[in-house]
Amino acid sequence: MKKFLSAFIALGILVVLLFVSGAIYTVREDQQILLTQFGKPIGDPITEAGLHFKIPFIQKVNMMEKRVLSWDGASSQMPTRDKLYIQVDTFARWEISEPLVYFQKLRDERSAQSRLDDVLGSETRNAVANHDLIEIIRTTKDRQPQQPEEIGEILGSESGLEPITKGRSLIEKSVYDEAKVKLESYGINLLDLRFKRVNYTRQVEPEIFGRMISERQQIAERFRSEGAGEAARILGDMEREVKTIESEAYQKVQSVLGKSDAEATRIYAEAYGGSPDQEKFYKFVKTLEAYDKILDQNTTVILSTESDLFRLLKGDSGQ
Amino acid sequence: MATIDITPDQAGEVLKKITSKAGLIIPALFVVVGVISSYYTVPADSEAVILRFGKYERTTTSGLHFKLPFGLEQKYILPVKRQLKMEFGFSTSGSTNVYQASAGEQEQEQSMITGDKNAALVEWVVQYRIDDPEKYLFRVKDPEFTLRDASESVMREVVGDRTVDEVITIGRQSIEVDALRKMDELVRLYGLGLQITSVQLKNVNPPRPVQSSFNEVNQAQQERARMINVAKGEYNKSVPKTKGMADQQVSRAEGDAKQRVNEASGDAERFLALYKEYAKAPAITRQRLYLERISEVLPRLKSKIIMDEKATAPVPLLDLNNALKK
Repeated sequence: MKKFLSAFIALGILVVLLFVSGAIYTVREDQQILLTQFGKPIGDPITEAGLHFKIPFIQKVNMMEKRVLSWDGASSQMPTRDKLYIQVDTFARWEISEPLVYFQKLRDERSAQSRLDDVLGSETRNAVANHDLIEIIRTTKDRQPQQPEEIGEILGSESGLEPITKGRSLIEKSVYDEAKVKLESYGINLLDLRFKRVNYTRQVEPEIFGRMISERQQIAERFRSEGAGEAARILGDMEREVKTIESEAYQKVQSVLGKSDAEATRIYAEAYGGSPDQEKFYKFVKTLEAYDKILDQNTTVILSTESDLFRLLKGDSGQ
Repeated sequence: MATIDITPDQAGEVLKKITSKAGLIIPALFVVVGVISSYYTVPADSEAVILRFGKYERTTTSGLHFKLPFGLEQKYILPVKRQLKMEFGFSTSGSTNVYQASAGEQEQEQSMITGDKNAALVEWVVQYRIDDPEKYLFRVKDPEFTLRDASESVMREVVGDRTVDEVITIGRQSIEVDALRKMDELVRLYGLGLQITSVQLKNVNPPRPVQSSFNEVNQAQQERARMINVAKGEYNKSVPKTKGMADQQVSRAEGDAKQRVNEASGDAERFLALYKEYAKAPAITRQRLYLERISEVLPRLKSKIIMDEKATAPVPLLDLNNALKK
């Protein structure tokens, strides 16, 4: 009898414990809770963190995220309006704004993600198809590129940034606006959508690379040609300098020599031609000097006895 | 196996012993678990967030702290003072950040389209730290993944507004500045509880098939400099030398001129001096000068033939050739 009593008490405590543990539950800061009774939602969602109560066994706790969730779109190929195939990868951030609707329509995060795939995927595709590539790439409308000086000069205005009318942010915004409305009916609040990656597809790449290569080669050719041109200019300068210097020197030399010749001539003329006597004397002296120079040991002279020098050989007849 | 006989009485006694001891063991266990779960230590570079029944209660700094035991209060320790790092488009081997992309993903990460519709490969590093533990834990799920997405998006936005030349050469600094500003703004807007402290570009290159043509441009630039230098070398080799040689010629001519005039003056003076004396006695001086010179010149000659004016006969016989040969 005593044993039965103690067993009964033990059982009673166990039941109470089970009952209490079924009635108490905690909600963490990053959770929100929807209570269901036999699968049917009961009351407002519980978003306040802390200790809460429910009817044990009958009511069930359905836990959902309260935090902002991310959606990472699959990278997919799509054409732009200017018929370029690009690989687009987007990401979005969303939260469960109406847990009741969310729970009824989607139940869990996996089906929510797949719904986001559908809506955001098609809206992105639409937006990309309606815009030129450059609109998806660029953001700031009036930005002036700061090209490296020389390359900018060579490429000219075409190298700069093509003008845009909308730009990346506005296109993201338009996708966001369209998708947000559609997702509201699922209890989802779309917070943000952005392009993560926009790349050329493998098929387009060779074409793009070909263009880049030809652009670079053009720049390289220009540099080489500039080098050759500048070198030629310098060599031309050099030749001009050299010829100028040499001819100026020649002119100076001739002029100096001319003047000195003239001066010497004048001096000689004054000295030798001062009077007829001087002239005669000069001729005489110079003639004698000339003998000295002209006659060397190989010269044979035939002198007449009539000459002044040898007249005496025939006898001095006395003048 | 040995059998032990146990009578119901004995069993009852053993049970009694155990229950009397259980009254001691259970509370003792209770106390031990209670003590162990009621204190915690926080490392110097961290802070702890304490939840009571899942609700945010307080944030504590480093050191030894107490909390309610038995899981009534839970702790989350976060390294708030540690500088954290994420790499994009590449990864340092042995990197500890678990959010790093895989090798295949890295190739996708680094390739971008520039604002002039060219392509570039960009690698960068983002440094960040947890600056609001409460937000970090409870505002956004997986803040690091969101940070990765945001970082890639912002980097492409910034690169998309620049030409390939800006991205690869002179624009690096401005890209870092812009990307840091925009990333930090976005991260704050998202409430990730993170703060971006720096964005650094690592390797920035043209796509691989294009790289050689970019190198060609650099080479051409060098070649241009080389050609100009060679030409300048030629110029410098020739012009100063020509200048010097020209000066030399002019100086020499000036010297020649001086010499010519001086010699003329000398000759003139000598002649005049001679003439002055000659004029005093012209006839005798002429005679003297003539004879002096002749007597100087004639001895030098090997063959001298003196002929009488009337004796013309020997002339045809004279062997002039022989005479000349001598």
